[in-house]
Amino acid sequence: MTNYLSAIPVLSLLLALPLVGALATSLVSSRRPEVARSVALFFSVLVALLVAWIGVSFQPSATGYQFEESVWWIRALRVQYHLGLDGLSFLLVLLTAVLTPFAIALPSGIREKQNVYYALILCLQGIVFGVFLSLDFVLWFLFWELSLIPGFFLIKVWGGEKRGFAAYQFFLYTLAGSVPMLVGFLALFLATGIFDFTKLAGLSQSQILGGIVAQFPWAAGFPDLFLLGIFVCVFVGLAVKVPVIPLHTWLPEAYTQAPSGVTMLFTGLLSKMGVYGFLRILLPIFPEQMQTLQQPLLWLAVATIVLPTLVALVQTDLKKILAYSSINHLGYCLLGICAVVSVGGAKEAKEAALSGVVLQVFNHGVTAAALFAFVGLIEVRSGGLRSLGDFGGLRKVAPVFCGLMGISLFASLGLPGLNGFVGEFLIFRGVFPLASWAAVLSLPALLFTAVVFLRVLAKVFSGPLNPVWESFPDLRSSERWLMAPLVALMFGLGIYPGPLLNLFNQSVVTMIQFLP
Amino acid sequence: MDNPILSYLWLVPVLPLVSAAIIAVCPQPCRRLAATLTIGSMIASFFVALAAFLTVLGVGGSAGGHGGGEVFRGFFNFEWFRFGGEALRLGLLLDPLTAAMLVMVTFVGSLICIFSVGYMSHDKNFTRFFGFLSLFSAAMLGLVIANSLLLLFMCWELVGLASYLLIGFWYHKPSAVVAAQKAFITTRIGDLGFFLGMVWLSSEAGTLLFYDGGNGLLEQSALTKMATGLTVGGMAVSTVISLLLFCGAAGKSGQFPLHVWLPDAMEGPTPVSALIHAATMVAAGVFLVARVYPLFSVVVGPETVSAALQVVAWTGAFTAVFAACIAVAQNDIKRILAYSTVSQLGYMMLCLGVGGLAGAIFHLIAHAFFKALLFLGAGSVIHGCHEEQDIRRMGDLRHRMPVTFVVYGIGMMALSGFPFFFSGFWSKEEILHWTHGWPVSQVPFYMALGGAFLTAFYMTRQMFFVFFGKKHSKEAAGAHESPAVMTVPLALLAAGAVLLSLVATPAWPWFHHFIEGGETHFDFSVFFVFGNLALMGASILVVGAGVGIGWFLYGRKDLPEAVADPLDRAAHPVFQVLQNRFYVDEFYAATVFRVLRGAAEVAAFFDRFVWGGIVLFARGVARFFSVFADVYDRHLFNDGFDSGCEAFRDSGGFLSRLQNGKIQSYLGVAGAGVVLLILIIAWI
Repeated sequence: MTNYLSAIPVLSLLLALPLVGALATSLVSSRRPEVARSVALFFSVLVALLVAWIGVSFQPSATGYQFEESVWWIRALRVQYHLGLDGLSFLLVLLTAVLTPFAIALPSGIREKQNVYYALILCLQGIVFGVFLSLDFVLWFLFWELSLIPGFFLIKVWGGEKRGFAAYQFFLYTLAGSVPMLVGFLALFLATGIFDFTKLAGLSQSQILGGIVAQFPWAAGFPDLFLLGIFVCVFVGLAVKVPVIPLHTWLPEAYTQAPSGVTMLFTGLLSKMGVYGFLRILLPIFPEQMQTLQQPLLWLAVATIVLPTLVALVQTDLKKILAYSSINHLGYCLLGICAVVSVGGAKEAKEAALSGVVLQVFNHGVTAAALFAFVGLIEVRSGGLRSLGDFGGLRKVAPVFCGLMGISLFASLGLPGLNGFVGEFLIFRGVFPLASWAAVLSLPALLFTAVVFLRVLAKVFSGPLNPVWESFPDLRSSERWLMAPLVALMFGLGIYPGPLLNLFNQSVVTMIQFLP
Repeated sequence: MDNPILSYLWLVPVLPLVSAAIIAVCPQPCRRLAATLTIGSMIASFFVALAAFLTVLGVGGSAGGHGGGEVFRGFFNFEWFRFGGEALRLGLLLDPLTAAMLVMVTFVGSLICIFSVGYMSHDKNFTRFFGFLSLFSAAMLGLVIANSLLLLFMCWELVGLASYLLIGFWYHKPSAVVAAQKAFITTRIGDLGFFLGMVWLSSEAGTLLFYDGGNGLLEQSALTKMATGLTVGGMAVSTVISLLLFCGAAGKSGQFPLHVWLPDAMEGPTPVSALIHAATMVAAGVFLVARVYPLFSVVVGPETVSAALQVVAWTGAFTAVFAACIAVAQNDIKRILAYSTVSQLGYMMLCLGVGGLAGAIFHLIAHAFFKALLFLGAGSVIHGCHEEQDIRRMGDLRHRMPVTFVVYGIGMMALSGFPFFFSGFWSKEEILHWTHGWPVSQVPFYMALGGAFLTAFYMTRQMFFVFFGKKHSKEAAGAHESPAVMTVPLALLAAGAVLLSLVATPAWPWFHHFIEGGETHFDFSVFFVFGNLALMGASILVVGAGVGIGWFLYGRKDLPEAVADPLDRAAHPVFQVLQNRFYVDEFYAATVFRVLRGAAEVAAFFDRFVWGGIVLFARGVARFFSVFADVYDRHLFNDGFDSGCEAFRDSGGFLSRLQNGKIQSYLGVAGAGVVLLILIIAWI
């Protein structure tokens, strides 16, 4: 089966398919929005099937990359078109493939230029695939930057009242972060002549990266500092995307202003690009630099975990609350990644932390996307209202809505039996022996998150019914079928996470093995 | 250890879980189905539990008879998932503690579910109610049979969820919503400690299984390792972990200072109060300490009594007296019982702390029977009086609700510790016995005696208000006896409250040996050992005093609602403090909540003005550069000197356009500036 697949460039196919879909969707007349949506949905399902097909022949226990494609792209600059799939990237590709159809199918309340809207969503999907599959810096960076363009327009054209501001901020902020990253990688290229992630990681593992850099004239005399500078540059670029406090201020605005389907993808996929970068680039190539800066990085992680939950406590906009809670959840990922670079430390603790991080990436993608979808459904029903104070007692008229959204909220706050708990438990299990103080300082966030979400449940769904919403419709059957798979996934991954862990276990083991 | 019952044990929690899952997808009108499923699954679980109990009894009895002191312990571990090179395993455990708890939970639970059919008959969310009850039962039973601290914790959180859902069951009532939130959050504060302790334990012991053929965390090698490892402040790892776990136990079991949620939890329907907030879930904290008792009782270094257990004992003793004091001055029939529950949980903790594992568990089980009985009795009273809960507005119900009166009286006597024929007497006796023998201090012993006095007193007060005197409201006048579906479970619970006393007298301490191992002989002479006689005498004396003073103040003449409480007249300030629950809630509102709110405001301020401000500043700088560059371009490169004047006018127009107030155009300029700036920086 593997041979059969390796005969065709399946990863390139995966990149191309959403783009073809985007083209097809954009060609549909803008006066026939339902057709545009169906076409987009068709292609996103096709992509999901392709990913499933890849998944069948993907071998989780094999080390290294599978389905690799590598050809020279710009030979003079030693830039390759290099794609590859390992457990980590497969997990993210899977997440992308799973979430996109939901984002397209979600009733959006969008009235104009729907063909372009759905085409841009498919574009975004293709670009995100590119980020998760590229193994060469230039190619990867191209996709990384390209993701801004559909993102920008999706906010700018179809967003809420302050969409202009949010879109510009989103664009410029991320761009500003990318520039140091580009500079850093160019410097590294000048010193080593390599853009390929796998080769750079190999140099770093065999401890010769420092030696090569030392021979570089610009870095003569201070190779360690030079590498540290590069690390900081790259870190900033990735940190904006995750985001890490204090580089997060674009996020609440962008998430709030974007239409809900787009917010689903932003929180489900774009924020994961940052974490993916940490795992694919920083951890394998710059582990020593991370060790050097471990203490400040852990402080940043703790701040990213605790502060957003506090901010969320006093927000009233449902989307803002979810946006801040989203930052908090990705903070746990950062915590786990920063803890595993500890010198020494038990192997099983590191494996627990890193497995937890990857699991958290997937779980958060599913849960946060579902939550934003629910808020989107509320918005469609309320004509755009989504402040806590606008509602009250909705459970009486919309019990199914309340039940499913309640399950998602509890999944997000880490209730055992639902998906969030497993990842958070593994992260804390791993981080505690490696960096106890950071784990202890992060703990209150678990409490604050509960306070935040219970407040949402209390204000929106409980109490006496706000008479304005006497006829608030419960989930229609089409909407139930839309949300049910995501909720089922929360149960499935909470009760039996084994199969998902098996997918990326080998990647985690390899990453830990190669840490100094 | 390969007993066949182990392969069926999983059925005990799974049956109610399946029932919960089916009810979850049932539409509202399936009332009969929901009730049938819930009660059916509970009864089925009860029979499996009974089989497990008999197995433990049979095997343990023979082992105890010949080997001396060994108890039955069977477990079944399985892999949950693998990460890295590790496998995370969970397991099920059957030992005397589990068996006793399983039988109690399923038996009391079944009765309460049956009672609920009558009590909730008018509620339109009847189906949901039974779904939540099933979920709760599944989680509670899972908690009891877990052979892994992780599985226990997971079920622990799920019972918390069920409790949250059921307290807030009448979600249209704002007070119920607030109470539900308070319960979930207060217990979660304790759970943070539990979680941390669990994570720590996992990295110290390398496993979270309790028993695993020598590798479990409650087995010798792991315990020795943890007792010798030192940590912050020179404390042993085992001590610190125990205290962290105790945080969770204190939250769940309403120990001071985390007791505040439990009385408010009475906002839920009364069967919920009986099942979750009296008989089972609140005892989970006690159960947790009992489950990991080997860890708590590890003696470190020069200590004679483990530091962790001392903390448990003092917390329990304080809570027992503290809550009993508050109960004296409450007027809501359910709140009195709630504070009484807090107090009795304190007794259980005290007993665990002073070394009486079996005594604590016996009190737990006896308490489950008589407190469930009291709550359901209170429910019957409330149901009969048309939702009236203020004891001052009742009165004379003994004529109108005779069955309820009799069973409530039995519950009251069991709780107060009336001598000889009530389980509460013997369980209290055992607690006093252990407290008296505690080498550290005698103070808890006197506190326990004081608590016993207060218990008898407030229960007497309640009895006189509710069942004696004259009718004080038209609700009381129109009271009616409840239907059989409610009174029969009451009668069964009352029988349990009495009959349990047979198995734990000093003369035949069967229960003690069942839990801790050992051989039981009937020895009537134990009664007449001087120490035992003196203790019993003291106990009877304080109970008598409590009842007597209660009668003196409340029983001699009728007390209408308008008349102030006799205690209030006697000592107004003290009564006020008690009535206001020592102002603990107010204290939290003024400190914890204010601090949290302040921290949140500060964080939001930082977010908006400091981090956001930096961005705005950067934008300002960029805009400055962009204007500068633009002007530079136009004036020195594009335009010649002769068109200077025109350019001047243009730039005037441009500058005024800059002030056009459109944020997009500002941002456009700013964006161009950033790009430029970055290029400049990159170039340099």
